[in-house]
Amino acid sequence: MKQDTRWVRLSSIIVALFIVLPLLWMLITSFKSPSQVGITPPPWLPHPFTWVNYRMSFTYFGFQRYFLNSVIVAVSSTLAVLLLGTGAGYALARTPVRGRMALMVGLLVISVFPEIAVISPLYLLMRLLGWLDTYQGLIVPYTAFNLPFSIWILRNYFLSIPREMEEVAQIDGASPFRTVVSVILPQSTPGLFTAAVFTFTATWTEFLMALTIDSSTPFRTIPVGIALFGAEFTVPYGNIFAASVISIVPIALMVLIFRNAIVSGLTQGAVKG
Amino acid sequence: MASVRLEHVFKRFGNVDAVSDVNLDIADQEFLVLLGPSGCGKTTTLRMVAGLEELSDGSIFIGDREVSQVAPKDRDIAMVFQNYALYPHMTVYENMAFGLKLRKVPRPEIERRVKEAADILGLGALLTRKPKELSGGQRQRVALGRAIVREPKAFLMDEPLSNLDAKLRTQTRVELKRLHQRLGATILYVTHDQTEAMTMGTRIVVMRDGVVQQVDTPDGIYNHPANQFVATFVGTPAMNLLPGELTQKGGALMFHTFGQDVTLPESMRARLSQAAGRKVTLGIRPEDVHLSSDFVSNHPDLQMKATVRVVEPMGHENMVYLAIGEETVTARASNDWHADLGDVVTCAFDGARLHAFDRETEAALV
Repeated sequence: MKQDTRWVRLSSIIVALFIVLPLLWMLITSFKSPSQVGITPPPWLPHPFTWVNYRMSFTYFGFQRYFLNSVIVAVSSTLAVLLLGTGAGYALARTPVRGRMALMVGLLVISVFPEIAVISPLYLLMRLLGWLDTYQGLIVPYTAFNLPFSIWILRNYFLSIPREMEEVAQIDGASPFRTVVSVILPQSTPGLFTAAVFTFTATWTEFLMALTIDSSTPFRTIPVGIALFGAEFTVPYGNIFAASVISIVPIALMVLIFRNAIVSGLTQGAVKG
Repeated sequence: MASVRLEHVFKRFGNVDAVSDVNLDIADQEFLVLLGPSGCGKTTTLRMVAGLEELSDGSIFIGDREVSQVAPKDRDIAMVFQNYALYPHMTVYENMAFGLKLRKVPRPEIERRVKEAADILGLGALLTRKPKELSGGQRQRVALGRAIVREPKAFLMDEPLSNLDAKLRTQTRVELKRLHQRLGATILYVTHDQTEAMTMGTRIVVMRDGVVQQVDTPDGIYNHPANQFVATFVGTPAMNLLPGELTQKGGALMFHTFGQDVTLPESMRARLSQAAGRKVTLGIRPEDVHLSSDFVSNHPDLQMKATVRVVEPMGHENMVYLAIGEETVTARASNDWHADLGDVVTCAFDGARLHAFDRETEAALV
C-alpha cells in the first residue's frame, strides 16, 4: 500500500517536471540579458536580472498590438462559440432531431479535421470575400472550428440537467427561450466555462490560420507576432520568451479560476454522455 | 379552485395503450389519489392533466374550460415533482417567486404571497437559502410553496413524498392533509404507496396497465374492492386468497377448498346463490382471520384447520403465517397468542368480511 503511493507520488513528480521545466526555462530566460542567452552551459539564474526583454517587446516589437488583436479575436470567437454552441447543444439534447447521432458524429469528425487540409481553400475563400487582414477573417473560421467540440460539451452538460427543470419552468409560465436563459444556462456554468476555456485557449494559440489570413502587422495575433520577432540573422530569444510569458498569463489565470468548473464540466459529460 | 374532468382519455405509445379510456370527475376541493404499481399509467395521466404529455384521444376539462390543447402555463395548474425540481441557482424566495414574476404579478403582491406561503410551510427563516443548503424535507416544502403561491385551480403532485425518509414521510403526510383542508385545494395526487392513498385521499383511483380498476373512497376501496387486483394491492399484509368452489348443501351455501368446507353466512348466500357450482376465489384480510379460542368457538361455521408455518412477533401483535392446503394464509393475532411451528390450529373467518371473486375474470362477486 505504502509502496504504491510512493510510486504514484514519484511518477507525478516526473510528469510535473516534464511540464513545468520548459515553462520555468522560458520564465528564467525572459529575465536574462541577450549576452547570457547563448552561453553554454546556460546559467540557471539570470545574472544580472533584467526587465529589458519585456520593455523591448512593447517598445521595439509592438507586442501590445498583437496582444490586443489576440484579445479581440479570441474573445469574439469564444462568445460566438458559446452563443451558437448553446443553441445547437440544447436543441440536440432536448428536441427530437432526425438523424441526431449522425449529426453528432459528423460534428466530431469536423472537430478533428486537420487545419492544414483546409488552409489553402480557406485562404482563397477569404481572399474572395476580401476578408484577408480583417478580424472576421479569423473569428469566423475559429468559431467554425471550435464549435463542434463545444456543442458536444454543452449538449452533454444539458443532458445531465433533469428534464423536470424545463417542465416545471414550463408550468411556471416560462417560454422556451426564457427557460434556457433563466433556468438552464445558470445551471450549466461548468459546461459553459469548459467550452469557453477550450475555445479561448485554442484560438489564443492558433498559428497556421493566423499566419495565412492575418499576417499584416495591424492584424497579427500573438503567435504570429512572436514568430515574426526574429530577423534574418538574429533570433531575439529573450524578447520571444518575455512575450510568451505575458501571453500565457490570461490562459493560466483562466484555468486557475475555473479549474473546478472545468473538471466537473468534463466529467459531467463523461458520465452522462 | 376548480373541478377537473377527464373524458375518455387515451395515451398511446406506439401500439401500447399506456392510458386507456380514463374517465374521472374530480370535484372542487377534492383530494384525489391515483394509486397503482409503477408503469400503471398514473403518472402519464397526471402529466396529461398538466399538459406535459399530449392526449392521444379524449378531453380534459379544468373548471368548465376544455384544456386538452392548452399549453401547460395557461392551464392554471401547479405541479410538485417527485425530485422537487427546485431551481438550484435561485434562493427559496426566488424559487417561489419565479412563476409569479413570469406572470407579471406586481411585486408587493409577490412578496405578500411568498411570505404567506412561507408562513404556512414554516419556511420563513429559509427564504434566502439555496436549495442545496436545505434538507430533503425543507426542499419538499419549498416545492409545495412554489405551487401554493401560484394559487392555481388545481395542484398536481407526482409522488412528492417518495424521496423522504420513512419518518419524515409520515409527518409530511399529516401536514399535506392539513394543508389540503386549509387551502381548500383541488389536489390530484399520484402515488404507489397505498398508505399515502388511504390516509390522504378523499377518493382513490386504482389503476393497472393503464386501466382504471376502481374509483372509490378509501373505505370503499378497502372494504369493497371491485376486483382481486384492488383487493390485494391495498392492505398490508395483502388480502388472503383461497381458490375453491361454491356448493349448495341443503339450504346452505358452502365453500370448498383443499378438502375443507366452510359455510358461508346468510348475507353472502343471498348474493352468491347464482354462483353455486362455480369456481371462485375467497378473499379474507389478515385481521379477519381469527385465532383466539373465544372467537373460534363462537364461529363453528367458518372454521378451518391450518398448519402454523411462521410466527412474526411485531410487538403489538403477532403475524402468523398459516398453511391451508397449498395456500399461505396470514393472520393477525394478539401478541399473547403462541403456537409452535408445525402445530395444527383452528382458525375462524369473520363472515361479515369475506370477499368472493370470480376465478376467471377476477371481478368481485356481489
